[in-house]
Amino acid sequence: MEITAELVAEHGLSTDEYERVVKELGREPNYVELGIFSVMWSEHCSYKSSRVHLKGFPTTGPQVIEGPGENAGVVDIGEGLACVFKMESHNHPSFIEPYQGAATGVGGIMRDIFTMGARPVANLNSLFFGTFQHKKTPYLIDGVVAGIAGYGNCMGVPTVGGALYLNDSYSGNCLVNVMTAGIVKTDKIFKGTATGTGNPIIYVGSKTGRDGIHGATMASDVFGEGGEERRPTVQVGDPFTEKLLLEACLELFKTDYIVGIQDMGAAGLTSSSVEMASRGGAGIEIDMDRIPRREEGMTSYELLLSESQERMLIVAKQGMEDKVKAIFTKWDLDCEVVGKVIKEETVRILEGGQIVADIPVTILTESAPQYDRPAEKPAWQDTVQALDMGSVPAPDDYNEVLLRLLASPNISSRESIYSQFDFMVRSDTVVSPGSDAAVVRIKGTNRSIALTVDCNPLHCYLDPRAGASAAVAEAARNLVVSGARPLALTDCLNFGNPERPEIMWQFREAIAGIKASCHALNVPVIGGNVSLYNETRGEGIYPTPSIGMLGLIEDNSLITRQWFQEAGHVIALLGSTRPGLGGTEYLRSIHGLEQGVAPKVNLEEEKSLHKACLEVIKTGIILSAHDCSEGGLAVALAEAALNPTGPVGVDVDLGVTPNLRSDELLFAETHGRIILSLTENNLSILEGICAAHGVPLQVIGRTVEHGFAVKGLINTSLKSLESAFRDSLSPLIRGEATP
Amino acid sequence: MKAKVYVTLKKGVLDPQGRAVLGALKHMDFDEVTDVRIGKFMELELDVPEGGDEDKRLAEMCERLLANPVIENYRIERD
Amino acid sequence: MRFGILVFPGSNCDHDCYHVLKHVMGQDVRYIWHKDGDLKGFDCLVLPGGFSYGDYLRTGSIARFSPVMDDVVSFANKGGLVLGICNGFQILTESGLLPGVLMMNKDLKFICSDVNLKVENNSTVFTSGYKAGEVISLPIAHGDGNFFIDGPELAALRDRDGVVFTYSTAEGEVSPEANPNGSVDNIAGIINKAGNVLGLMPHPERASESILGGEDGRVLFQSIIEGFVLS
Repeated sequence: MEITAELVAEHGLSTDEYERVVKELGREPNYVELGIFSVMWSEHCSYKSSRVHLKGFPTTGPQVIEGPGENAGVVDIGEGLACVFKMESHNHPSFIEPYQGAATGVGGIMRDIFTMGARPVANLNSLFFGTFQHKKTPYLIDGVVAGIAGYGNCMGVPTVGGALYLNDSYSGNCLVNVMTAGIVKTDKIFKGTATGTGNPIIYVGSKTGRDGIHGATMASDVFGEGGEERRPTVQVGDPFTEKLLLEACLELFKTDYIVGIQDMGAAGLTSSSVEMASRGGAGIEIDMDRIPRREEGMTSYELLLSESQERMLIVAKQGMEDKVKAIFTKWDLDCEVVGKVIKEETVRILEGGQIVADIPVTILTESAPQYDRPAEKPAWQDTVQALDMGSVPAPDDYNEVLLRLLASPNISSRESIYSQFDFMVRSDTVVSPGSDAAVVRIKGTNRSIALTVDCNPLHCYLDPRAGASAAVAEAARNLVVSGARPLALTDCLNFGNPERPEIMWQFREAIAGIKASCHALNVPVIGGNVSLYNETRGEGIYPTPSIGMLGLIEDNSLITRQWFQEAGHVIALLGSTRPGLGGTEYLRSIHGLEQGVAPKVNLEEEKSLHKACLEVIKTGIILSAHDCSEGGLAVALAEAALNPTGPVGVDVDLGVTPNLRSDELLFAETHGRIILSLTENNLSILEGICAAHGVPLQVIGRTVEHGFAVKGLINTSLKSLESAFRDSLSPLIRGEATP
Repeated sequence: MKAKVYVTLKKGVLDPQGRAVLGALKHMDFDEVTDVRIGKFMELELDVPEGGDEDKRLAEMCERLLANPVIENYRIERD
Repeated sequence: MRFGILVFPGSNCDHDCYHVLKHVMGQDVRYIWHKDGDLKGFDCLVLPGGFSYGDYLRTGSIARFSPVMDDVVSFANKGGLVLGICNGFQILTESGLLPGVLMMNKDLKFICSDVNLKVENNSTVFTSGYKAGEVISLPIAHGDGNFFIDGPELAALRDRDGVVFTYSTAEGEVSPEANPNGSVDNIAGIINKAGNVLGLMPHPERASESILGGEDGRVLFQSIIEGFVLS
């Protein structure tokens, strides 16, 4: 096929980029090669708009075994074990086909984890949709949740936590960010490397179909029979096959038959073979005639670009082919030797004995274009930050305000969502969804890992740097209140069109914010992904740097939950409330304003707070610990009161602070605050630790039998809190209630 | 009037259910089976006179709810 | 006592059952791959939860034709103890070892939650450690747990005290509000006529250690082991 300018454009390559291809290659590429370049030089694979900015993340530390670059990052969790984890986005597919889009997202991230040798032990998700004013929202939420459940439940990997945030900016672009953590022995970590000239390359898993071949192919390729049917661009997940693939791979990992293994994810066979060759400093030769296929008449182009799910590429040791095959045959999976590792550092594709593509590896990877796109602060940025507090009337009835906040889709109980996820399978889930962080024990040890996902997009919209910095700080705080020491994070950077300078500005600012928090709190970034072009009709999403963080609890007796336990305990507030209501859920849902200066994290104070909290939890005197975030102190107290095993009454007095309005006192989202409960006789221990770390401590009240009272401001029943919090989201998703 | 709606996966879309059933049939020695595709069958009761815009509306129902045109085809039969 | 845990393609609670029986209860436990049908030497077989064959077509319908299932049926017919949990229960009804069928939950959604159960029959080998009428708490996690059986068969099941667990309130009331999935008469678990095959939707293996929030499930395994020692 002749390579025309139109064909190049359809493959998403600019004229400059195509000229670069020709220059690097020293000739015109053929059609198959053009396809390979189109995926390898795509934003998704090459990170061409973001790579220059991603440099400078802290990625090391004594706990880091594997930083960014492999399929997923790995951290040491002691006793010869490591945790492998990563978060990834599957935004666009989920908007088109919510069930399958979300399901295949979950399938893909789990493969990234078990390809490293780890058994997945926990899934999390971070979901962003339009508000319920948009007709499509319930349909999208319902489908995405069912898709995540359908895949994760069938795999037998518990979905232990997540986040849901609704905002109009997501009405045309929902975000589905999924995270998986797995456990592996530190001496049994596998990598996606192709080494050893002559070693066989083995394809395992499902057969290849025409799934997910990019739009360019659909436009340019000649349709075969049944041409009236649009070829599918959305992949269908098969969790059953993936479960078999998981068990077969884990069986394989106990042997010494292989040298490397790589998931075939986005861009399928192409990117997996290029990545393996690149990491191994070798070349790869693959014979298309041997690729297991689901449909007749598939071309090399299609086989290379297909995104069929549940497939892996293995580099085995010579002579081990039959032993590898025996394992996959036991699990009823396809397994074929499709090529070999070659010395020459090139990706060579054969079909019918002829070479149909031959591209030096470095051209596909290192020579890929990199852009430092222009960035400019949006003209509206200062306007949205302006907030005249005089125009925000103080409410008459704070009882009603609190109930409305608890019923807000951004705060209310997510039980109707997480009850669809099997969050208990593997029988390791110690802290189930609903508390600040999920806690999963490690059998055979007295240790647990704690996991959380966080991001407040409204704060990021008002101030991308402050919002992103806060997302990291809040994730760390959520781990700390659970009794865990933060070890490392993974991020999903979801933004609009990077070719617009204001989006690039948001992106750069957010990255600066993440870096600042990572450095201050000593939490390295060990992997993640970037999702750009989340935009419809020129409307970009709010900047959404989702943070997934892992923490370690070295003694299971120190696991702490957010809920008050019973009447008669002292309630203490660590940290202090500052003036300002910018970006609060209160301002948004009660006053209809998405405005103001977003709260900034004071990183020095935050660091001391975490130290003090972990230290006091270690003494064993803390009965509950809860982070203050969306909705502020009042909502945090209510959440702590609503213990799933039965609500606990609250009687507090926040005192009078001269520079704070009552609504600020109750609903400001100042960072760096934690609510603890403990018995009165242990108070002096807490005071000592807080004083030593310079952390402000205020005893604000007690837990009681009945009622929820904040002196002079709120006095309501636990029952009304409970029904506002628990019964609000489900009717909205079912379309039975109007927002 | 009654309408029957058949929803099937588009050609080329992976059908994990069909594949698993095919595998089971093979294990049970029904070797003659070469492929299984599983779809959905729905019966709709409509309260409309014949000859109106029911065909158009049925198609709309399929497009918008009963099938997802991204991965599924539908066929409508009327009694 | 030797337990065998059947592993079908797609089983995913096999490890959990193994862990509890081996490390919590201290028993001899082996996995049995569905293609290896040797059941000699086992005292109790556990069909674990999961999604055997992806739960495609109908839950349990394909696993029921697995090579090992003929042997499981003859093992049961000879009086061997068989415990089916969740997907295992579904396989047992599909294979005819237990009556009834498990349909999709009434709300059409997967449900993962702790539920209260009333012990309706504590004179079985699986439940002797519970008090009659005791209310216990176990987790459920299923999409197809809606037990259905027709009128005459239900009467027969009732007549022979075949209903072992029902969904109830914390106070032990077997009411519609306590029914999570639409099961006939709130039925959560049943036993066969001979008293050696129990199927239940809730997961006792997920409630056998205090760190996981409850130990009511452990009593079921304890009952089996104590009953075996006595016999």
